[in-house]
Amino acid sequence: MPKAAGIELAKNAAGRLVPLSINGREAVPYKGVAAHRPTGRKAAPAVATCADYPADGNKVVADVKTALLAAGIRDGMTVSTHHHLRNGDYVANAVFAAAAEIGVKDLVWFPSASFACHKPIIEHMKNGVVHHIEGSMNGPLGEFTSRGGMKGMGVLRSHGGRYQAVQDGEVHIDIAVIAAPEADPFGNANGVRGPAACGLLGFALADSQYADKVIVVTDNLIPFPCIPWQIHGNHVDIVTTMPSIGDPTKIISGTTEITKSPDRLRIAEMTAQFVRDAGIMRDGFSFQAGAGGTALSFAIYLTEMMKEAGVKARFVRGGSNKYLVEMLEQGLTDYILDGQTFDLDGVRSMRDNPRHVNTSPFTSYNYHGKGNFASMVDVVVLGATEVDVRFNANVVTHSDGKLLHGIGGWQNCLFSGCTILPIPGFRDRIPVIVDEVTTLCGPGELIDVVVTERGIAINPLRQDLLKAVAGTKLPIRPIEDLKREIDDICGGAPAKPKFGERVVAAVKWVDGTVIDSVRQLAE
Amino acid sequence: MNPVGQAGRRGDQVRSDCWISVEVRESGGVALALRSKVASMYGDSIRATVERGLAALGVKHAAVEVDDAGALPFVLAARLETAVKRARPDVKAEFLPEAKPWTATATTRDRFRRSRLYLPGNEPKFMLNAGLHHPDGVILDLEDSVAPHEKDAARAIVRNALRVVDFCDSERMVRINQIPSGLEDLDWIVPHNVHVVLIPKCESDDQVEAVDERIEEIRKARGVKSPVYLMPIIESALGCVKAYKIAKASENVVALTIGLEDYTADLGTQRTNEGRESFWARSVVVNAARAAGVQPIDTVFSDVADMDGLLASVLEAKALGFDGKGCIHPRQIDVIHRGFTPSQAEIEKAKRIVVAFEDAAKKGLSVVSLGSKMIDPPVVKRAQRTVELAVAAGALAASWREGGGSNA
Repeated sequence: MPKAAGIELAKNAAGRLVPLSINGREAVPYKGVAAHRPTGRKAAPAVATCADYPADGNKVVADVKTALLAAGIRDGMTVSTHHHLRNGDYVANAVFAAAAEIGVKDLVWFPSASFACHKPIIEHMKNGVVHHIEGSMNGPLGEFTSRGGMKGMGVLRSHGGRYQAVQDGEVHIDIAVIAAPEADPFGNANGVRGPAACGLLGFALADSQYADKVIVVTDNLIPFPCIPWQIHGNHVDIVTTMPSIGDPTKIISGTTEITKSPDRLRIAEMTAQFVRDAGIMRDGFSFQAGAGGTALSFAIYLTEMMKEAGVKARFVRGGSNKYLVEMLEQGLTDYILDGQTFDLDGVRSMRDNPRHVNTSPFTSYNYHGKGNFASMVDVVVLGATEVDVRFNANVVTHSDGKLLHGIGGWQNCLFSGCTILPIPGFRDRIPVIVDEVTTLCGPGELIDVVVTERGIAINPLRQDLLKAVAGTKLPIRPIEDLKREIDDICGGAPAKPKFGERVVAAVKWVDGTVIDSVRQLAE
Repeated sequence: MNPVGQAGRRGDQVRSDCWISVEVRESGGVALALRSKVASMYGDSIRATVERGLAALGVKHAAVEVDDAGALPFVLAARLETAVKRARPDVKAEFLPEAKPWTATATTRDRFRRSRLYLPGNEPKFMLNAGLHHPDGVILDLEDSVAPHEKDAARAIVRNALRVVDFCDSERMVRINQIPSGLEDLDWIVPHNVHVVLIPKCESDDQVEAVDERIEEIRKARGVKSPVYLMPIIESALGCVKAYKIAKASENVVALTIGLEDYTADLGTQRTNEGRESFWARSVVVNAARAAGVQPIDTVFSDVADMDGLLASVLEAKALGFDGKGCIHPRQIDVIHRGFTPSQAEIEKAKRIVVAFEDAAKKGLSVVSLGSKMIDPPVVKRAQRTVELAVAAGALAASWREGGGSNA
C-alpha cells in the first residue's frame, strides 16, 4: 500500500492516488460516476425543547464573542460560515477573531466557499486557532495550503457535496454562523433586504437544519416576523449583531461586466451557436451559465438567438444577474431557479418576482436525495482551469499545481443534458488543453463539449451531438487536434509541476468519495 | 562598464510579454536569472531559448535577466534580440524563430480587401488570435501605434510574428514608417512573406518608387519569389493632389487608401461624423484608384463601441465607391463584411449579367446583351465582382449556376 507522509493511499476508479483517511476519518475512494451506494440513515441534531428558549422569541445576545461562548465553543469544534457575502464578507473573519480572543484551538473551518477577503484566516492557521479548512481554498488560502501551511488536510467539496456531507453525517457542524442581511430576534432571516442584501441564503440551509448550534449574525435586525424567512428561526439558537456584516460593493461580484476580449466574445458566440445548431435551444428548454465574462456573454448571445427563433425557456438556472432578470421580465423564460444572486437586479427580482425562485443545494445539487434538478437542465456552460484529451477537467488547481479555486456547483452541474466548457486554448503561455489534468475534478464521461477560440471539440461518447451538428458551419475538431495546435503555439507541451509527497487536500466527488488529491508543491 | 540593453515590459498589468536585460560581458559565460509565471511548465524551454538566442547573436558572455509574464517563444526571442542589439548596436546577426508552415500563404493582386485589422506592432498578445476573426487583411503596424523609442522592438516582434503566427486566410500586411525611415523597416519584413506594404503619409510617386526599389533589392538579395504589393496611404492635401500619380507609381500598387485623422489636421479642420470636410478627399482617392486600376480603400472607423455608426460608415464608403474599410477591433470585421455584401437586388442583377456574358462567350459573340440592352465590359467585370463578393460573404451559394441561374 503506497503511503504519503504516513497516510495510506489507494488508486481509485479514475486511476488517481487518494488518501484512505482524511484527518483521522476513513475515506472512500471514488468508484465511478454513479457507482457508490450510501447506507444508513441521515444525521440529525439533538431534539430541542421550547422550554429552553425564551417565549418572547428574543434570542439576541451582545456580540459574536458572547454568541460563540453561549454556543459552547471548545477546542477542535467545526464552525461553519457561508459565502453569500462573497468577497465582501466580514462575518467569518469576525468569528475567528472572536474565537482567538476566547482562546480556543484547532477549530475546523467549514465554509461554503472562501474568498480573498478571508486571508486573515491564514494567521489563525499559523497560530493554531484553525486546524484546517473543509471548503474551497481560494487565492491566498489556496497558496498557503499548497505550500503545506495547513496542519490538517483540506477537503474540497461541491455545493451539493457539502449538503451531502452534512446530511450523511460525514461532517458534523458544531456551530453554524449564518450572516444575514435581514433577521428578527427569533432568528428568521433572509438576504433580500438590508445594506448587505445578497439575495438568498441557500448555502446555509443544511447548516441550519443539521448543526448543533446555529447563530444568526445581522446588521439589520427588524421586529418579528422577518419575511421571507429563508432561514427559519425555529432552527436558530442565538441571534447577534455586528455594525456591518459585509461590504456591499464587494458582495456584488463584479463578474457582471461583459467581456471586451474579442477572443472570449468569439468563444461565447460559438458556444451559443452550438447550443442553437445542436437543437438544444428549443421551446421549453433550460440552461445554466455561471458568472464570469464569457458565460455572461454566452447568455446574451443566446438570448438574441432565442428572440430571433421565437423560442422561450421553461427555466433558467442562476447565479442570476441583470441579463437573466431581463429574460424573465421579457417573458423569455418562465422561471429563474436561483442559487445565488450576482447583482442588485438579481436581488430586486428575487425579492419582488415570484417567478424568481430561491433554491438551495438540497433542491438543486444534493446527490444523496431523491433526485435533484441539476440533471434536468438541458445545457450548462462552465469554466475550467484545464481539460485533458479524455475530457476530464480541473477547476481547483492551476497547471503549476497551485490550489487556487473551489469547486462551487461545478461538479453538480456536470449531470446536465449537455455540459459545455467554453475556455481559451491557452492563457498567456499556459495551455488549457493538456494530456492529463493536474487535478481531476470532473470525469470526462460527463463533459460533452469544449469550445475554444480555435474550434469546438465534442466528446466521442456523444455521437448524438456529433450527428446533430454535422453539416453546420461550426468548426468541429478532435480535441487532440486542438491540443497539438495549442502546444505548438506555446512551444511544446508544458512540463508537469513538481510535487512533494504530502497530500494537502482531498477532492471529493458529489457522493462523498475521493476523486483526487492535491499534493504539496515541491520547493 | 559593460554595455547593457533592456527590452520588453514587466509589471502587474503585463501579460503574454516579458522584460529582458542583457549585460554583455568579456568573460564568464552566460548567467541567467529567470523569474517566470510559467517557470514550472516552461522554465527549461525559456533557458534553452535564451541560450540559443545568445549563440545566434554571437554573444558568448552575458548576464541575462528575464522577467516573464507568459511570453510565447517568438516574443521571448524578439525581446532577447532587441535587448542584445540595444547593448551592442553593431550586432547584425538575427535570431530567427523557425518559420511555421502555415505562414507560407500567398495573395493575389485583386483579392478582396473589405476589412483590414490594425494590430499595434509592439503588442504581441493582440496578434495571436487576430486571424481567427477572419479579416481580409491584418496590418502589423510599425508606425503610429509604436512609440518612437520602441521602433526597434516592434520590428523584431513583427518579423517574428510574420514567421510564426497563423493569420489564417488573412492577407499579411505591414504598415512601415514614413519614408525615408520606413525604408529600413523593409529589411525586417520583406524576407518573411509580407504580402502588402502600407506606405503612410504618402505624398509623391518618388516615395512609392523608393519603397519599390528597396523591396526589389531585398527580394533579389534574399531570394524572395512572391511579389510584395503596395498600398499607399493618402493623409494630406498634397497627397490628394498627387493621388493618381501615386497610384500609378508602380505596378505593385494594388490599392490606395486614405487616413483622415492626419488629413483633417493638415486641412486645419476637425473630423466630423458627417464627414463633409473629407468628402472631396475621399472622392479623389476613389477616382484616382479607379483610374489607376487599383482598389480604393476607406479610412479606419475608430469608435469600437458604435456598431451602428460603423455600419452606416461602411454603407457610405460603399456608396462613394470604396471597396474596403479599416478597423481596429475584431468585432468590427463582421459588420464591415456585412456592409460590403451586395444586396439581394444587386446580386440578382449581377447574376443575370454574368450568365449573359458566359452565354455570349460560349456562343463566340463579342457583344453581350441582356434583353434589349447591350452590356459594356466594365459592367460585366463589376457584376462578376459582385457575384464573387456575394459568394465570399455567404449571401450566394458558390454553386448558384446549378440552381437555375441561367434562366433568370
